[in-house]
Amino acid sequence: MRKILRPLALVVAVLSPAAALAEEPQQFTLNNGMQVVVVEDHRAPVVVNMVWYRVGAADDPAGHSGIAHFFEHLMFKATETMDEGDFDAAVQANGGTHNAFTSWDYTAYHQRVAADRLELMMQMEAERMVHLRLDRSDWATERDVILRERGETLESSPDRVFQEQLRAALFQNHPYGRPIIGWRHEIASLTSEMANDFYRLHYAPNNAVLVVAGDVEAEDVLAMAQRHFGPIPPSEGLTPRARPTEPPQMAERRILMQDPRVSQSYMTRTYLAPVRRSGNQREAAAFQMLGILLGSGQTSVFERALTYDQGVTLATWAGYSGLAVDHGTFTIGALPAPGVTLQQAEDALDATLADFIANGVDMAQLERVRMAVRAQEIYGLDDAEGRASDIGAVLSVGLTLQDDAEWLGVLESITPDEIIDAARALDRRQAVTGWLMQGDA
Amino acid sequence: MRLFTPLAALAMFALPAQAIEITDVTSPMGNSAWLVEDHSIPFVSIEVVFTGGASLETDSNRGAVSLMTSLLVEGAGPYDAQGFAAAVEALAGEVSFDAGRDRITMTITALTENRDQVLDLALMALTEPRFDADAFARVQAQTIANRERAALNPNSIAGETFAALGYGGHPYATSSDGTATSVAALTREDILDAHRAAFTSDLVYFGASGDITPAEFGAFIDRVLGDLPISNTPLPEYRSFAADPGVTVVPHPGPQSVVQFGHSGIHWDDDDFMAAYLINEIFGSGRFGTRLMTELRERRGLTYGIGTSLASGRFGDSFVGRFSTANETVGEAIDLVREQFEWLANGGITQEDLERAQTYLTGAYALRFDGNAAIAGILASMQFQGFDIDYISYRNDLVRAVTLDDIQRVATRLARPDELVFVVVGEPEGIEAE
Repeated sequence: MRKILRPLALVVAVLSPAAALAEEPQQFTLNNGMQVVVVEDHRAPVVVNMVWYRVGAADDPAGHSGIAHFFEHLMFKATETMDEGDFDAAVQANGGTHNAFTSWDYTAYHQRVAADRLELMMQMEAERMVHLRLDRSDWATERDVILRERGETLESSPDRVFQEQLRAALFQNHPYGRPIIGWRHEIASLTSEMANDFYRLHYAPNNAVLVVAGDVEAEDVLAMAQRHFGPIPPSEGLTPRARPTEPPQMAERRILMQDPRVSQSYMTRTYLAPVRRSGNQREAAAFQMLGILLGSGQTSVFERALTYDQGVTLATWAGYSGLAVDHGTFTIGALPAPGVTLQQAEDALDATLADFIANGVDMAQLERVRMAVRAQEIYGLDDAEGRASDIGAVLSVGLTLQDDAEWLGVLESITPDEIIDAARALDRRQAVTGWLMQGDA
Repeated sequence: MRLFTPLAALAMFALPAQAIEITDVTSPMGNSAWLVEDHSIPFVSIEVVFTGGASLETDSNRGAVSLMTSLLVEGAGPYDAQGFAAAVEALAGEVSFDAGRDRITMTITALTENRDQVLDLALMALTEPRFDADAFARVQAQTIANRERAALNPNSIAGETFAALGYGGHPYATSSDGTATSVAALTREDILDAHRAAFTSDLVYFGASGDITPAEFGAFIDRVLGDLPISNTPLPEYRSFAADPGVTVVPHPGPQSVVQFGHSGIHWDDDDFMAAYLINEIFGSGRFGTRLMTELRERRGLTYGIGTSLASGRFGDSFVGRFSTANETVGEAIDLVREQFEWLANGGITQEDLERAQTYLTGAYALRFDGNAAIAGILASMQFQGFDIDYISYRNDLVRAVTLDDIQRVATRLARPDELVFVVVGEPEGIEAE
């Protein structure tokens, strides 16, 4: 993310808002292959304009980690018709806010403005989709900024460094093991030529999704999109994403890290897990429900057993992340109470998981979680930007609007047996267990 | 987890923020509250602000209000901690409390279908908390761990060191969450005292947005206020930040240093506050194109981000900023920040800068009213800060009324390069503490 990098949450168990009670999103495809989705929400005269590109850090060429994120920064530089700083100035002169972010599978640019300013935002996005001029831009300074970004948001935090190491150990072959921001030594060697090559290949209408949510009419948005994005020719060299895939993982991995900046030692374990698959999201939904039951909130299985009943932890967590092209992850972990060792906390966590599998799902807890899923269908209606973000991410990883619309319903329909099956599928040979400890590095 | 924010169309315009219609609710018992009634989605957000917060504490019980607040949802009425959490979850509602240095905020979210039950639970947490011994021990241990964690976080260290330098003897000098040591010394008796002192029926402000009528909301506020005592704990004296200028270095391992800087600020009640607000917007709001971002990030790549804020609290004020830079560039960056304060104090802002900021602020104002939770929070905070109920309708006029003369006069008052205090947390090269 260019301006504000959110702290990496240890737990990812967010329910995506659904559209059951809302106006259905409308989808179009331009002749050049660009997808357009419009979510009408007329409660306030505001609109969110987002352009999602189906390219992310997992598409960085080997040895050039960080190029997708570096490029995200460069998208705010000069174009054929705009100087450096003009994009910011134009958004602000129209009372808007804007930013961008990079994930392993996608890169997105977004603005939030008064609804009658939408066309200008679209015009500028179309301009920088193909008319960026890095030769007229101060790209080397921006590379310094990214090194400072890495130093501030990642290297200054032992938790973030630990996460980075853990992920690098989890993926044995897939580029998901690389940090989104890139390894420091590889960031330092990125050039404007590399960025330009990356741009020419990946930034094109047939690799992009436009999502507009707010006080707009779908047909007006489509007309604007055709005016500004329609004339841009599709990229010819674009091929379906085929990243190196994981071999069968045969050996449990453990990492130990010591850092003097750690106040409390903790352990966390991340397993490989399936992704949400278009047309068949049940398996992923079972993992999502498993993550919520085990680790979301005070009455979750881990919290109740370990923090409340046994008092051996100060906190526990669990969560599933499955909105990805190639591999999902499932994470559990524990922060021991004073006087409890990491080994004891890990053993207690594993014993609790084994008990959960043996004893089955507490139906009262499952009902509470299903109620939360149903409520999300209502609460989600109040957040047009959140809906736009979900739709953008879903479409960027190869799912469909229908998958998005069905997701909460699938979650609600998941049976206790499916949840237990998901828990049984967690395999320590396909996982990394990490201990982060206080001590000299 | 508990342990751990073309250049086309330069014409002036603004979204109709005044389309937000606030009802001044008067309850049967004569209490007042603000409501944005909107029945389009079947849920409501409510925010209640209790004045005082951690500023009601003394040094000896620092952290008591914060710990007490954390315990409110850990057992109340007939429910133990697990029972209370399960009851709220079963309704898919939210009942939460947050203690700050000036206030405690109660946040409630409830579906229309079971709103009364959620409100009952919220009231129970507020007025009948159990503070059970096991809950007290557990949350105390979590809070201590949290404070130990903050004590090793460079941003927290910078903030707390800065506050200690400029607010000695005032509640703003230390974190409202206390230290690991002060929290470890707290007893259940301290928690009971904090509960009595913090939740009183005067200086309370209510905001709501969503699917609720004035009559329903009025009945709720009467129930909240009905059982609460009048406050008798004195509020602290107002104090501006004041410290000896210079550089303080706190050694901390890492590739970069965090630098916090600033001096005294200006209170939100001051007649010059709007001009100061515009100055901060132009100088250091952290957006691209602001002076500090342009000089330190865009031109020189010294930092990922730098911003300032008018840290105006109920009981004190400062003008404060923060950035992170490589250890070897700390000296260069500090010199640059000093230069920018000189620029600001010596009439650096131009008419064009001012107009750009006015256009942005007036245009972006309406973007704040983003959903029920945001609106309820704004309504409660506006009352806490003493704004009129129709402030939203003329706020943009106040922004536009500021002239360049106002800006230059207030910039001289606000920016004091000779008074700058810097706190560096890291391993800076070539920096000597002054």
